[in-house]
Amino acid sequence: MITALTRKDILGTKELSVEEIELVLQTAESFIEVSTREIKKVPTLRGKLVINLFFEASTRTRTSFEIAGKRLGADTINIAASTSSVVKGETLIDTARNLEAMNPDVIVIRHSAAGAPHLLAKRLKASIINAGDGAHEHPTQALLDLMTMKEKKGRIAGLKVAIVGDIAHSRVARSNVYALKKMGAQVVVAGPATMLPRDFGQIMGIPVYSQMEEAIKDADVIMMLRIQLEREKQSIFPSLREYAQRFCLTESKVRLAKEDVLIMHPGPMNRGIEISPEVADGPYSVILDQVTNGVAIRMALLYLLAGGARDV
Amino acid sequence: MTDKRRVVMDAAGIERSLTRIAHEILEKNRGVEDLVLVGIRTRGVFLAQRLKKKISAIEGKEIPLGILDITLYRDDLATRQEKPQLGKTDIPFSLQNKKVVLVDDVLFTGRTIRAAMDALIDFGRPRMIQLAVLVDRGHRELPIRADFVGENLPSALWEDISVHLMEKDGEDCVIIEVGKEKHPGGNP
Repeated sequence: MITALTRKDILGTKELSVEEIELVLQTAESFIEVSTREIKKVPTLRGKLVINLFFEASTRTRTSFEIAGKRLGADTINIAASTSSVVKGETLIDTARNLEAMNPDVIVIRHSAAGAPHLLAKRLKASIINAGDGAHEHPTQALLDLMTMKEKKGRIAGLKVAIVGDIAHSRVARSNVYALKKMGAQVVVAGPATMLPRDFGQIMGIPVYSQMEEAIKDADVIMMLRIQLEREKQSIFPSLREYAQRFCLTESKVRLAKEDVLIMHPGPMNRGIEISPEVADGPYSVILDQVTNGVAIRMALLYLLAGGARDV
Repeated sequence: MTDKRRVVMDAAGIERSLTRIAHEILEKNRGVEDLVLVGIRTRGVFLAQRLKKKISAIEGKEIPLGILDITLYRDDLATRQEKPQLGKTDIPFSLQNKKVVLVDDVLFTGRTIRAAMDALIDFGRPRMIQLAVLVDRGHRELPIRADFVGENLPSALWEDISVHLMEKDGEDCVIIEVGKEKHPGGNP
């Protein structure tokens, strides 16, 4: 059992080892309690600076990182691209270098370009946490999903997890497939052919279905992905109505899964499109537990990256 | 002085010390009203559990027991190279106006107790905090003292004092040995 992360950055679940994932999950479990106290703050990261640099819209993830930093006693600053010098034409590297001149300990970045966090990680001394880069990875979401499964099911290994929706554009799906496979879960995905990247199943080594029913049969966990409505124009699906008819998780579809199935969604939900309101608010839904666990996972990562001495 | 490792307290000694401390806690607090125990991870928790048993055997009443992990409150997190494993804190009751007895195995620099007191106060405002330790080895770096002490063991800085408990180590004893790195004359 390792007790520390030696890496500087968290860029994806692809490069995390099983031991590292276990350490993050175990550390996060200890942080759950801090958020239930009357005084929800510990002094662990007092005097540390966390910058949230978001080039894409986000409520959940940005707030979650901000709360995580604050509960650990760090100073957190949020920068949204729309109100930053980016609109004046500054490049990503120049923005990042200027931020670095203010000596942050951690920079949390979300960017529409895959690899943007990796670029910063190479150039900056601060720890970089990837909060979503294009359609590439969203590691903190996958870790909080794993934490929720482990909390509710007591294990991850051996679970059948079905991920359904727009796989091609989903960084949540990628990060989850990498992490779940490493931890011994059986992962399957389903979506319309236009939303499945070519050779995805072969590259990832998992079954791919174009019928949702086949994927969710006997599943322990069903993870619904958000339909990115802004992509409707790209003609990857004919109409929202047709999509909803085939891929909306309804109560009758839930019955195909195991009796004690967990329903997950990374948010924000399009009610009535990928998930019916009865299912989203139903007894199997752990969607709000995911949000609660998200704060604990981000506290754990900030603590593990910024909480100790940096090798000189 | 040639002994590298010596047992300074055996199982019977630990048992007698804890029995005496249980009586002293009850005497000082005049019973169990508003009394709670909080054990500091890891061995403080086992000692607190044993004290709880003894107190309930004497008074016939159960008192609440909490578990405290002080990692998040350490003052050496930023400078330590080796990171301690974060454990769970579990204090499932209010500390407001309670008489809290903190329990730990060894009192040394006092820094752990400083961290523990900061943590406790984040859970509410106890009426008072008392400290019970199995061993006080001296070398305080902060103005902190224990209310209940099993055994005073004046020691040299290069000596290691370790408490072994059945629950974790499979035996009950207190051991003094020459530390590997701190001896002024190098490794003996």
